[in-house]
Amino acid sequence: MTGLGRQGGAEAAKGGRRHLLSIAELGAEGIEEILEVSDAFVEVGRRSIPKVPSLRGRTVVTLFAEQSTRTRLSFETAAKRLSADVLSFSVDTSSLKKGESLRDTVETVAAMGVDAFVVRHTSAGAPAAVARWVDASVVNAGDGWHEHPTQALLDCYTIRQVLTERGGHPLEGSGVGCFVGLRVAIVGDVRHSRVARSLVLALGALGAEVTLVAPGSLLPPSLVGWPVAKVSYDLDAVLPNVDVCYLLRLQSERGAGAFLPSVREYSAWYGLTSRRAALLGDDALVMHPGPMNRGVEIADDVVALPQSLVLRQVSNGVAVRMAVLFMLLGQGQVGSGGGAPALAPISGPAPTLGTVVGA
Amino acid sequence: MAERERRLTPPRGGVFVPRVQVLTAQDVQRALTRIAHEIIERNHGLEDVMLVGLQTGGVPLSFRIASVLEEMEGTVVPVGLLDVAFYRDDIGIRPVLPEAATDIPGDLAGRLVVMVDDVLFTGRTVRAALNALGDYGRARAVQLAVMVDRGHRELPIRPDYVGKNMPTRIDEQVDVSLDGVVLGDVVPR
Repeated sequence: MTGLGRQGGAEAAKGGRRHLLSIAELGAEGIEEILEVSDAFVEVGRRSIPKVPSLRGRTVVTLFAEQSTRTRLSFETAAKRLSADVLSFSVDTSSLKKGESLRDTVETVAAMGVDAFVVRHTSAGAPAAVARWVDASVVNAGDGWHEHPTQALLDCYTIRQVLTERGGHPLEGSGVGCFVGLRVAIVGDVRHSRVARSLVLALGALGAEVTLVAPGSLLPPSLVGWPVAKVSYDLDAVLPNVDVCYLLRLQSERGAGAFLPSVREYSAWYGLTSRRAALLGDDALVMHPGPMNRGVEIADDVVALPQSLVLRQVSNGVAVRMAVLFMLLGQGQVGSGGGAPALAPISGPAPTLGTVVGA
Repeated sequence: MAERERRLTPPRGGVFVPRVQVLTAQDVQRALTRIAHEIIERNHGLEDVMLVGLQTGGVPLSFRIASVLEEMEGTVVPVGLLDVAFYRDDIGIRPVLPEAATDIPGDLAGRLVVMVDDVLFTGRTVRAALNALGDYGRARAVQLAVMVDRGHRELPIRPDYVGKNMPTRIDEQVDVSLDGVVLGDVVPR
């Protein structure tokens, strides 16, 4: 335990409240602390009554202005297992459809007495804006192409959990030493992926060696500031030398299709087929943040392989999000300030606040 | 949770300055042996008994008691570990983080649970621990063993087995380990 949360608690005691808006603001120590607290919530999840009274009387709102299955349900499960009350807010059935602005909507909900907003939005920066408008804690559950911090945290947690189990100490926190020098390939639609941005920052901060594998058109226009060791266009050449193969979803709703000659060609070059999966080392892990395009970036039979962690990522997601909500609402602070530098702003047609992408 | 960690961490925290050695390592060992005898005596044996050490200060004490019990009765008593952070009543008031792993071996239904902690002070940790135990099943009975009872209770809680009754000032600090019990003060950094 690094004790950062306790030091930060001094601020919390003064009434300062913090948010989880990006991995960039956490730094390695902040990430490590969240992973360690997640261990305790994984234990809670194994009990016959997987619920603790920690956040009784607190209210968490999930405000999702973009479609989601697992993130939303995961946050709601996490909040309920902490005994918080959950309000679920969906843009499609709200007064946003009548033309109410996001700010008015958020302030209205906040006026009902809310302790945390979990915000997903098509526009990068929307959760940060919400954080400026309200006193409540704000958790970024995915904003445009920017970041999806809890996804990166649960991915890191899952990697660490598997490596720790192999080391033979399933209960004890292993710190984050297992990430140093870990070879991770992040494959696919990096350009449109907030998951990739958060994950690259997290893995970079923890000392992993990240290789991006994608067709040139699906890479971001600039990689300045990305803690990436290597960029490759050849998946077959990369696969034998990685410990983790992380596949990204081809984001058709953000127009990924326009960057490719055809989805079939993409799948032929960059899809993890069973032939390609055989190139992976015996201990290599296969991960995907979901939702999967089966047959595009990942083949059916690869999903079913024992080294595929897709469902384990989902289970761990609940525990990691419990840790985040507990650390935000229980003591007013997640992780520490400082840390990794923020990503360079995306040039090109990055959506800004107010534009609606793919709606 | 060990009183040591709680009191030495911000916002109230500081540096522990030892003043008096109250018990030596041998004294602690003798007290644990006596507590083990008392556990057997009170419960007419060790049937259904499970020790639960409260993280982190109670854990080494609970393992030591378990090994004494095994020596005396030839019975292996299961030892569980419990972190009560999620059950505390000061969540949101002061920084609360789990200190270490919780590991309760099996269902508590029908068990006789002896909770073990280093210092009994306000009683709030024990209150949280009782709630936490309830989530692992309905124990037949729960008893409490502590190395030091330093008084200043804020809840109607009393220990069943005490290593040493030790009147203290509320601002003093008691440090318990298998190496002994030390009374001292916390000096702000």
